[in-house]
This record gives sequence, C-alpha cells and structure tokens, in this order.
Amino acid sequence: MNIIFLLIGISLVLVVIIGIVFFWAIKSGQYEDLEAPRYQILMDDDDTTAAPPEDDNQ
Amino acid sequence: MLDVADAEACFHCGEPVPPDGTLSVDIAGRSRRVCCRGCQAVAEAIRGYGLENFYRYRDGVTPKPDATDTGPDPALYDDPSIQEEFVERLPDGSCQAEFILENLVCPACCWLVEAQLGKLDGVTEATVNYTSHHAHVRWLPDRIPLSRILGSVATLGYRAWPYHPDQDARRLERERRGHLRRLALAGLLGMQVMMFAFALYGSGWATAEAHYREFFRWISLFLTLPVLAYSGAPFFRRAWRDLRLLRPGMDVPVALGMGIAFLASCRATVTGTGEIYFDSVVMFIFLLSLGRYLEFMAGKKSSERVASLTRILPAVATRLVGGGREWREESVPVARLQQGDTVLVRPGETVPADGCISDGVSSVDESILTGESLPVKKSRGERVIGGSRNIDSPLQMQVEHVRQATLLARIHALLEQGRAERPAFVVLANRIAGRFVLVVLLAAAATAWYWHTVAPGRWIPVTAALLIVTCPCALSLAMPAAFASSLAALMRHGVAVVRPDTLERLAGATHFVFDKTGTLTRGTLQLAGVTVTGAAGRAHCLAVAAALESRSEHPLARALLAAAGPDRAQAAAIHNHPGEGISGMVDGHRYFLGSEAFIRRAAGVAPVPELLQAAGSKTLAVLADDSGVLAVFRFGDEIRPGAADLMQRLHGAGRQTLILSGDSSGLVTHLTRELGMDAGWARQTPQDKLRRIRALQEQGARVVMVGDGVNDAPVLAAADVSIAMGSGTDLSRASADIILLGNSLHSLAALLEQSRRTRTVIRENLVWAGIYNLLALPAAAAGLVLPWMAALGMSLSSLLVVLNSARLAR
Repeated sequence: MNIIFLLIGISLVLVVIIGIVFFWAIKSGQYEDLEAPRYQILMDDDDTTAAPPEDDNQ
Repeated sequence: MLDVADAEACFHCGEPVPPDGTLSVDIAGRSRRVCCRGCQAVAEAIRGYGLENFYRYRDGVTPKPDATDTGPDPALYDDPSIQEEFVERLPDGSCQAEFILENLVCPACCWLVEAQLGKLDGVTEATVNYTSHHAHVRWLPDRIPLSRILGSVATLGYRAWPYHPDQDARRLERERRGHLRRLALAGLLGMQVMMFAFALYGSGWATAEAHYREFFRWISLFLTLPVLAYSGAPFFRRAWRDLRLLRPGMDVPVALGMGIAFLASCRATVTGTGEIYFDSVVMFIFLLSLGRYLEFMAGKKSSERVASLTRILPAVATRLVGGGREWREESVPVARLQQGDTVLVRPGETVPADGCISDGVSSVDESILTGESLPVKKSRGERVIGGSRNIDSPLQMQVEHVRQATLLARIHALLEQGRAERPAFVVLANRIAGRFVLVVLLAAAATAWYWHTVAPGRWIPVTAALLIVTCPCALSLAMPAAFASSLAALMRHGVAVVRPDTLERLAGATHFVFDKTGTLTRGTLQLAGVTVTGAAGRAHCLAVAAALESRSEHPLARALLAAAGPDRAQAAAIHNHPGEGISGMVDGHRYFLGSEAFIRRAAGVAPVPELLQAAGSKTLAVLADDSGVLAVFRFGDEIRPGAADLMQRLHGAGRQTLILSGDSSGLVTHLTRELGMDAGWARQTPQDKLRRIRALQEQGARVVMVGDGVNDAPVLAAADVSIAMGSGTDLSRASADIILLGNSLHSLAALLEQSRRTRTVIRENLVWAGIYNLLALPAAAAGLVLPWMAALGMSLSSLLVVLNSARLAR
C-alpha cells in the first residue's frame, strides 16, 4: 500500500496547480461574464458563407 | 409552415415590412427584405465588415436602429478636455476606456461589437461584457481617433456611452473577487480534507495501521492550515475587533469554535491520541464563506441599483451660445455646464441636467427615474429631469440645476445618506445578537466545565459544536438580507426607499393619510360638465366662453380652451375683472363669464338656484348675456387613475384612509365621497394636521403620511412612515422615508404589496432562526451534536435565510 504516498503526493501537486489556475482565473476576470463567451466559441470570425437558420423555411 | 406575418418581417429588426417596401439587403448570398433604410444600412454595414455570422447566432431579433437616434456626434469625443474625463492614458502611449453599450440584446451582439472593433486598425484590445453591458477598449490614439471607434459601433446600431467607474464600484468588485478566492480555496482544500476524513471515519486499513493514520492526520493538518489562515481570516479579524471593543458579535463564538476545534485537532495529531475535527473546520469555513458571498452579492446588487442612478447623465452636452437668431452650438463636458446655460437636446439624447424647456415640444422618456414606461409629452415652460431621454424632436432647455444639485444626484445622496445612517433595526439586531452571544459564551463555558468533569475526552467536540451551532448569523441576517433584496426590486418600480426599516412598519400601518388632494387628483382643472339654459347650444356656449378666455392664463380658462377645441369665435373689447370674471363682445353681442356674484352684478341676471346646487362641490363659471343666463360650466379636478383601485385595496386590507388637506372643503368632500374614503378634513393648517396625527397615534394608530413631502416637515416627521410623491424637481427637497419617483399611484400600490411581502419574509426568517437557535443550544450542550453537524446546521440555517430573502428581489 505504499503506492498511496505517491498518489497522495500527486493529488496534492494537482490541488496546488488547480488552486493557482483558479486564482489566476479570478484575477483575470474569467468570472465576470458568464453569458457571452459560450457564444464566442461558436462564432468563427472568417466563415461568412453559412446561411442563417431563419432562412431554411422560405 | 410560414405565416404571412413571418414572411413580411424585416430581416434585421423583425418588425413588419411595409406593404410597399422595396428595400432589401444581400446576406449570405440571398436577398432579404428589410423594413427601413436604417435596418438596411446596419445590415449592409455588418455584411461589409464580413460579420454576417451574427445573423446565424443571434437570439431573436436585433433592435431597430433609430434613424433619428444618432446620439452625440462621435467627433466630440476627440476633444482632449472631454476625453480626460474618462480615458486613461497608459505609459506605452495607448489609451483605454470603458463604455456602456446600449441596445445589446443577446450575446451575439457582444461578439459582433468585439469582432467589429477588433478589425479596426489601431485598436489593440476590445472586450464586451454581456452581463454588465460594458465594453473595454484599448487603442493607439496616433493610429485611430476615438471618434472612429465609436462611429463604427454606431454603424452597427449600438450606442456607446463613456462610463466612469466610481470608487464604490471598484471597491465592490475587489471585494467580490476576495470572496470568490476565499470560497475557492476553502472548497478546493476542503474536498481533500474531507477525502482523508472519510478514510479515517471507517474502520478499514487507514485506521488499522498507525502509520497511515498518522500520515492522513498530518496531511489534513497541513491542508486545513491555509483554509483557516486565508479563508477564515475575516472571521478571526472581526472577532478580534469585537473582543477589543468588548462588544461580542456573532463572529466571536464562530472564531472561538473554529479555534478550539483546530487546536484540539492539532494536539491530537502531534500526540497521536484523540479525535481530529479538521473536516468540520474546513466545511464550516466553506459554508460560512458561501453564505457571506451570497449575502454580499445581494447587497452589491442593491447598491449598484442606487449607484446606477448617477451614471445616467451623459458626458457631453450641446450648449447654445449667442442670442436672438444667432445661436451657435458648442459641445461642452456636462461637468462644466452652468446654471442658466441654454442647452440643445437632440432626439435620442439624454437630458444632461435639470431644467426648463425654453423651446420645442417632444416626448420624454423618464422611465429610468420613475419606472413609468410610457413617454411623457413636454412642451415649453415644463421641467425636464436630467437623465431622462428625449425621444422625438429637438428641445432647447434652460439649465436650472447641474451636477450635485440635479434631482438624480439629490436622490442618490438621500439614498446614500439613508444607507449610512445605520437603520434602527440593524442597531437592534446587533444588540440582540450581542446579548445572545454573551449567553452562548456563558453556556459554552458551563458546558465545557461540565463535560470536562464528567467525560474529559468529550469536552472539546461538545464545546466546539455548541459554539458553532448557536452562532446567531441567521438571526442577524434575517432583516438586512430581506431589505437588501426588497430595495433592489422597488428601485425598478421607481420607488426609492431612503430608510429601509420603514418598509416593515408600512406593512403594519393602520391609517393612511393623504396630506394633499393633489396626491389623489391630477392637479389640473378640467371641464366636468355644461348645463345649457338658454336658446344657444352647448357648442356655441363653449365657443363663446373660449373666445372670451382666449388670452387668459387662469386655470379655468385653460380648461375651457382645452374643451372647446381649435375652432373658436373672435372676441373684442375684452374686459377682465380679476378674481371675478370677464366680459367682451363676440359677434356683436356682449357676454359675461364669471362667478355667480359677478354675473348677478355685471349682467344683472340671476342663475337659477337649482343649477348651482346640481353642481355640488365643483367649481363653477356662469356664462350670460344681457337677457339671461346661457350656460353653467362645472369644473372638476380629475381623480388620478389608480386612486379608486388603491383605496379599494387599502380598505380591503382593513386600513383607514383619510384626507388632511389645506384645500377647500368642497374638493375634500367630493374626493372623500367619490373614493369612499373614511374621513376627510379640509382647511387644515400644519398645526391641525400635526394635532390630528398625534391624536390618532395616541389611540394606537400607526399612521402613514402620503404627500408631496416638501412642506409640512414636522407632520411628516410625526407620522410613522412618510411617503413623498410628486413629480419633477420638487422631490429633490423632499424629506421622507420613501420617495415615489413615478408620481403614480400604481407605484404606491406596488410599494404596499412589496412591504407586505417583505414583512412576511422577515417573519419567516426570524421564526426560523429563533427556533433553530432555541433547539440547537440545548441539543449541543447535551452533547448530541457532533462538530460536523454543527457546521452544516449553522451554515444551512443562514443560507436558508439568504435564499428566502432573495425571493423578494423578483
């Protein structure tokens, strides 16, 4: 069962990394707008050929 | 599957395309119909910038760009003196500023603006926050002027206003991040500690072998330490401050409980004997931080509502200089406007200061202040409030109040002052909580002593649990949390609550006293009826009367002119007898118009007495010629819409309604009867009013005074709750507990409803918190509560209070 020491050590390192990432995220304002970014990922800046969906039934 | 309305909808804004409309725009390889040139221009601009994807991702439709709604000329913003107000210059030569974007309706709009700004040469950074509608832009001023940046936003149909973040908003944002960080740390490390705790709870290999147990305990200790030191620091700091001031607040038992549990666990870890409670400590800190975060967010929302009032004023105004026909326009920062300046407000612009219209007629949207969604028609001589929006045509106005003297700034100051005053309920709640804490500390000492003598191994967990579980957090949150949520909701209805605790008293009021008839009537006389007695018809009589009064400014004259309409006869040889009546020649005939006494004396005829009686309490004017009385005009003050409804509601809830007015008895009896009010007293001096209110209060009544809030300050102060309603600049002088900005009785009804709900929620909170604490204290003293139960119970009880109060914000 000595593997447990290694695993716990790894998990602690991960916690520290997650903590650092989380603090950075708060500091850089990642939690200020929870609405717009989910759309941003969908929108491709240079794809202009696609037709709008409203159009499908005309 | 397409109905006609859909087929005819404008591609851009979704409004119906006019039948003769021929405008269209090519998007994504197809021609689409649009309703107007404005939409066409915007859609073409979007296509021109290669941003057609916007139409794929938007939610619903985009607001119609208003062709008249151009806002201030963007070129104004290139003026360095205007820029210095809101632009921050960075050391590397670039500039940055925040803007408030109007018309953002969906996240796709954010993307559109961001993508558009990102394409401009010279803009180094552009982000749009959908939640706050703020745009943050950084640019190189030598590559691109600010006006081009704003202009390109305008071509998309959005408008950008400079935003000045104030100190308060920055502080709140900093605090919010601090809360989030503490919450995150407690949650993250807390999960680890819990994991080890679960391994130790069981009786598996982890507890069987001593070196694993040791190891888990030490790890838990090291993981708990940062949580306690960072996330728990505010509690210890406040507890220390309370102790130094010898005024134990609710953080004292919390900190003490956490401290005892932690130190005992440390000892157990070092010596290898005894229980550890690290899991309870981290869980407690996490849940407590969560509760504080939610409470903070509710307070932040309500203070942002207040703060948003001051941010509505624009940064730039158009001042007119010169005189006569030689007006010259110049742009000035609003901060430099002076009283007496003449300002031009174009359609779509925000009125920069309080003032009086000197030229022009337009409708003005005052919804930001009053919550009233319909625009109000305003013309020459009427007052406009800074922050309201001019809608259809240009207005020239004379500035009367600027900056801190504007209604907006005054109301903001009043609200701030009310918040700074530490309302009575907070003082009371703190005193009760303080006493309760003292009881808890004594009980904890007694419990510790008892268990130490009876079962020495158990005194630490029992005492720690007692200290934590009985924290009166829920008790002290019960009222402030409810008020904070309620205030934010009321602000949306145009109700500014200066002293929050009056909301609760309002719900328990027994008597509603209206101190002016003007609060129930429109305040302008209107022609209520005409009785024709002679051969001449009603229309003829009205035309004659209007002709006689055509140059008069008397309220009766205005009512007559309004009733007569545009076509009227010409009057000559008009002779005015001030205070009595008027006489003149119309079509070669001599007519008299005035009070009964005047007609009797001047025309020598007497009106039939029944006619006068039929008029009842209303104001009269008699029209006569040499041969006899032609008509009797009755005037009345129209009762405000919603008044009858409001009275019904009040009576339905078992409240008494009274009028205490300085006005004449006729109007008061008329109103009392018409609205079914319980009593009305006319011709009251302020002393009379004060005496009557005191008399009511001595009989146990709780009196709400509704008035314009300007006069009668002692009367307002004597009432249990004072509500000021009225329009425009009068309110800035008001001294009342609650101010109805909307000048409408509907907002009074909304206020009453909200106060009732607030009281219900406060009661629920208090009952819940009281029962919880009463049960928890003996249970914990009896040793029935383990530390982790204590942490969970206490935190959940305050969370419940916060969430219950949040219902009021809707």
